[in-house]
Amino acid sequence: MDAQATQADAGRRRDAQTAPSVAFEPTIVAFVCNWCTYTAADLAGTSRMIQKPNLRLVRMMCTGMVDPKYVIKALLSGADAVLISGCHPGDCHYINGNYKARRRVKLLKEILPQFGVDTRRVRLTWVGASEGNEFAATVNSLVEEIRELGPIETRGLKAL
Amino acid sequence: MSNRIGVYICHCGTNIAKKVDCAAVARFAGGLRDVVVARDYQFMCSDPGQDLIINDIRNLGLSRVVVASCSPRLHEKTFQKALARAGLNPYLLQHTCIREHCSWVTEDPGEATAKARMLVAAAVDRVDRHGELFSREVDVLPDVMVVGAGIAGIQAALDIAKSGHRVHLVEKGPSIGGHMAQFDKTFPTLDCAACISTPKMVAVAQEPNIHLMTCAEVVEVSGFVGNYQARVRLNPRYVDTEKCTGCGTCLEKCPTKVSSEFEEGLGTRKAIYRNSPQAVPNTPVIDPLHCKKITKNKCGACEKFCPTGAIDYHQVERFVDLEVGSIVLATGYDTLDPTPLTEYGFGRYPEVYTALQFERLNNATGPTQGRIVMKDGRSPESVAVIHCVGSRDKNYHEYCSRTCCMYALKYDHLLKDKVGHHVRVTNFYIDMRCFGKGYEEFYERVQQEGVTFIRGRPAEVTDRAIRPEEEGKLVVVAEDTLSGLPVRVPVDMVILCTAMEARQGASEVARVFGVAQGQDGFFLEEHPKLGPVSTATDGVFLAGTCQGPKDIPDAVAHASGGAAQALALAARGRVAISPTTSWINPEICVGCRVCVGLCAYSAIEFDERRKVAVVNEAMCKGCGSCAGYCPSGAAQIKHFNEPQVFAELEGLLMDLERPGAVRVPVEDGDQGPLPDEHPARESVTN
Repeated sequence: MDAQATQADAGRRRDAQTAPSVAFEPTIVAFVCNWCTYTAADLAGTSRMIQKPNLRLVRMMCTGMVDPKYVIKALLSGADAVLISGCHPGDCHYINGNYKARRRVKLLKEILPQFGVDTRRVRLTWVGASEGNEFAATVNSLVEEIRELGPIETRGLKAL
Repeated sequence: MSNRIGVYICHCGTNIAKKVDCAAVARFAGGLRDVVVARDYQFMCSDPGQDLIINDIRNLGLSRVVVASCSPRLHEKTFQKALARAGLNPYLLQHTCIREHCSWVTEDPGEATAKARMLVAAAVDRVDRHGELFSREVDVLPDVMVVGAGIAGIQAALDIAKSGHRVHLVEKGPSIGGHMAQFDKTFPTLDCAACISTPKMVAVAQEPNIHLMTCAEVVEVSGFVGNYQARVRLNPRYVDTEKCTGCGTCLEKCPTKVSSEFEEGLGTRKAIYRNSPQAVPNTPVIDPLHCKKITKNKCGACEKFCPTGAIDYHQVERFVDLEVGSIVLATGYDTLDPTPLTEYGFGRYPEVYTALQFERLNNATGPTQGRIVMKDGRSPESVAVIHCVGSRDKNYHEYCSRTCCMYALKYDHLLKDKVGHHVRVTNFYIDMRCFGKGYEEFYERVQQEGVTFIRGRPAEVTDRAIRPEEEGKLVVVAEDTLSGLPVRVPVDMVILCTAMEARQGASEVARVFGVAQGQDGFFLEEHPKLGPVSTATDGVFLAGTCQGPKDIPDAVAHASGGAAQALALAARGRVAISPTTSWINPEICVGCRVCVGLCAYSAIEFDERRKVAVVNEAMCKGCGSCAGYCPSGAAQIKHFNEPQVFAELEGLLMDLERPGAVRVPVEDGDQGPLPDEHPARESVTN
């Protein structure tokens, strides 16, 4: 077990060392709702819509359960941006969770600049269950945008 | 004691293995903390694949399992059941998707493998924090509601009623039967639609287990699987169904004539009307927009002549509250209005008909008593049938309406049969799609009857003649794409095979019942192949064309499927409810009551004595509105709680530990493993 653990650690370090030498590739965490965007991501997969590999999905039951802490945690843990995506307004599987998410993201975006984080690093979108193409397009455009923004600076956030 | 985690990487044949180096991911997973075994296998969902997991749980004493394969929406339940078979709580599984979200959408194998590694790492970190959860069972109400009484709704209702369960059949229109009641013959057997559908309609009316409501709409649905409450609005009919004998005197006496929707505008009806003499229920209905008594307080003829005094101009809408265990949606389809396709001249040239209009023209109870004649009373000498009007057309509907080729063939045959063999019938098609039982044979038969088929979508229908034989005719201008030559076909009559499309009010229906719509507007099924009748909302099923274009056999089969699903729930009488609800820790709750107001289901109550908020698990759906907001972190969704999400994030981003980055410890988490002893990790129990 120990030997395996060290091996994994070595692998991790190697990743960290090689990372700066190549062009900047952003890492994006996405919190997506099970009923709409996660399904859309499945559909994008089934339809083989090629996406940039920079996005890593976290399945939530509803965008309404995305605590702003999760977003900050993701940014602190190394994500360069966070995508939150759920059902279109009015289509929420849980009546109105997405409206709650919208309010929370708005408030979060108000405090982020105070910690030196560009608000463009947190994006809220609505992608319905049938919009696989929309999901793939969102992923690809977000990756491009964040690539231009460059790596995140979280020194300010760490003060939290 | 630390957990013993087993990780299983699925190749999915070559679906995953083609892009992701599964063996490498398994090796990587084997090096993660607390992982005792990591395997890759060709098909994890197969029996031997599941046995692999079950045997490892038994032999290696696994306490947690991670499966990386397809989307959890597809097979999470499969693997949860495998865990349960091995005696492990199903919620000690974390299923992560490396197919739809990784191998299928990533171009570079190296990148795909790297992404899969992180997804697996996230799952391993997360599953460490999983706790045992136990689903509870609730009773299922025995009644079922079927919405829409076209052929699909009728079939579903009859199937359910036959089993002895009570069905509430809700129909928006004044009578049941749907579009099928408008048809004349049905393909490919050419049996008359009325002959096969009216007995079913009558059976509905006579079935004691069916509670039929016409002129009725469902306005509100609440509750959850097994326990739905629905509010139905009964719109006024202005005729008392109890008193009316269906004698039809009122229909004769009413002086007001308006264009008939049932006749697709080809005929007229009175202000008090019924769609056909075979209508079920047979009670007429007053159209309040045109009735002189209701609009201007004049006339009153129907009331005067009604022998039983059944007319009641003062009826108002009523509401009925129903309690049902499940719901079958059979709201049907609309046909495309071809007016915007101005090139085909619908509405401009009187001899251009929609398919439904032609059905009525053919129908013995239609405006012409079934004689195929033009507006001037002459029989057409030549007819053009244009396929795919609004279907397979990026400007309207990309999809194929699936029925048009076959009903076009039916029209071809009926024209030859009714008007005479001399009638020249020309079809303009893109592809002939005759895929059902007996369909290809019917196509063959119609071809032998001397019908012309031209492959090409017509550019326009015009009355501008450039040759003498075109004078006084409609000219269909097209390119024959097989010969590559332009063609001009002069005809007397043009039939447009208009697309089937989602009902105009489909989005409102989707909202009321909590189902999703696909991009084409039709209701979205749970899975296109393996769950074509269920929806993302448990206990709400689909039947017929509200899910997508279907012909009658398919709609009936689909409806029986929906009925079977509803019956499965009703027959068992119990349903397991997901335990992933909210839980508010009374030790942490400060009693601010923010969550009480946020809960969309009124599932949170405030305990005045203890001054804390308490979740009513029977009503909680686990949406997490409370957890996302709770300022003290007391409210947490089981299976989606903060330690679990934080752990998932740490695993997901473990490759990004940049020099100097602070890794925030997660409550009980501790990153530095001691050399000879693993730190004890308490699993978070809910």
